[in-house]
Amino acid sequence: MATATDTPATPPPQHTIHILPAPFTHSPLTLLAQGAEALVYRTVFLTPHTPCVLKYRPPKPYRHPILDKRLTKARLLAEARVLVKCRKDGVTVPAVLGLDAENGWMVLEWVEGGSVRGVLDGWVAGGGRFEGVEAGNGVWGLMRRIGRAVGRVHDIGVCHGDLTTSNLMVRTGASAVRGESEGPQTQTQMQRPKRLTPSALREAAMTSDAPPVFELPPEEPPPPPSKAQSTSDLEGDIVLIDFGLATQTVQDEDRAVDLYVLERAFAATHPGAEALFQEVLRSYGESYKGGRSVLRKLEDVRLRGRKRSMLG
Amino acid sequence: MAAVRTFVLPHYPEYPIQIALFKDVTNAAFLRSQLLEANSDFDYAFIDASMILTPTHLLSPVFLSLHLHLTTRLKTRTPHSEIIFRLHPNNNIGESYRKFGISDTTTTLIAVRLSLTPDVTRESVAKHLGDVVEGTSVDVGERGEMLGEWGDVGLVRKVYKLGDGGGAKGKKGAKGVAIGGGVDERREMESVILGIMAIKGL
Repeated sequence: MATATDTPATPPPQHTIHILPAPFTHSPLTLLAQGAEALVYRTVFLTPHTPCVLKYRPPKPYRHPILDKRLTKARLLAEARVLVKCRKDGVTVPAVLGLDAENGWMVLEWVEGGSVRGVLDGWVAGGGRFEGVEAGNGVWGLMRRIGRAVGRVHDIGVCHGDLTTSNLMVRTGASAVRGESEGPQTQTQMQRPKRLTPSALREAAMTSDAPPVFELPPEEPPPPPSKAQSTSDLEGDIVLIDFGLATQTVQDEDRAVDLYVLERAFAATHPGAEALFQEVLRSYGESYKGGRSVLRKLEDVRLRGRKRSMLG
Repeated sequence: MAAVRTFVLPHYPEYPIQIALFKDVTNAAFLRSQLLEANSDFDYAFIDASMILTPTHLLSPVFLSLHLHLTTRLKTRTPHSEIIFRLHPNNNIGESYRKFGISDTTTTLIAVRLSLTPDVTRESVAKHLGDVVEGTSVDVGERGEMLGEWGDVGLVRKVYKLGDGGGAKGKKGAKGVAIGGGVDERREMESVILGIMAIKGL
């Protein structure tokens, strides 16, 4: 703590400039989202044609460096292990392409598409048509796929821990979007309200003196207007993202809390979407053997909230 | 002269990778003996091509090895041996060489050389490999398309313990997406394998 005397006891500035670890220090990256623990960038990996997501957990200056490193490493590794397990067992999650737990970064497969939150917002703005109940498409089909996707994750013994509509993505285009992605991007992963505009960040990234070592993908067009939110946006595989709080557990309690968190997210972002969530629960219950008992547990969780009782 | 392709990894543009592919190799035993003698002229990663599924399957350990070398965290003695070590899901260097490295019976061979110093160029590698490898040089293609051409899906599946594939995904039975056949099967396997390599030993 040699620098302790130099540092005034004031809160840090609003916009911390994060210096990324090697080898990304001089690479032009596009910031997609920032959370409390991690920064998420778009870049390319292994080949100049493979878009990917870089998730970086910067060191926390208020923690002891050794403890900080250990926590970062443990959390990043836990997330990567869960993702690899999911991928192995056939759950649609982004693949882990690269990892440096010591330095706090992980490279994930790029998922083309938008968050369920964005898709539902567009659906509401577009009139919110309840059609295709029997045919299993449209918004009902989407709800069913969400229920099945969550059910499958729980079935393999993983609880997401932060299941919100922003952490569910609808993959657009062909089933497996890996490698080449020529088309313009519609929406980016982990779209959140506080998101910064990509163009401003791109400029900031480009002003660094390092020569651009590869071409950035074309500028993303703004999210399509509500008119463009046709039913086609409601189709596509559900991909779960952000396993930063995921745990490997088979307890009904944890699974029910996952559903409860998702229910609250639905209620909070889409008033009137509670009817839709019933469809999620219905298909969840049918998706695997333990589903029914989780739904019963969910009744208990609803009464008391997310926090488990501290008895025993 | 052998056909050598130069690959530039994003984020490490200053260290190009030289990759060559040979089929009908007849002197694998000699090449292996040179590796065992640690002959400094044979500082390559010689990989049995039957164990490489896709170009990315090879580039990923190359990236990891280069990254660990530049941040001085290698587990093996050279960045080239690290490539072979990184390919294997376990932390056993000897086992990695037996599974992924050149063996006396190898007929299809991938040679990887990192240009860590300026004197290692595409020309120098092409000339040297052309002189020492007795086999037919195959152009790997601009994006390394040919690198997975000799990959043996069954062998790779076994090493990474990816179940027996197809409809019957081992004990998992009906649940989970059964990894289908064809190109998608390789891609799906590749995604899992990259993850396995990334988290190994940590």
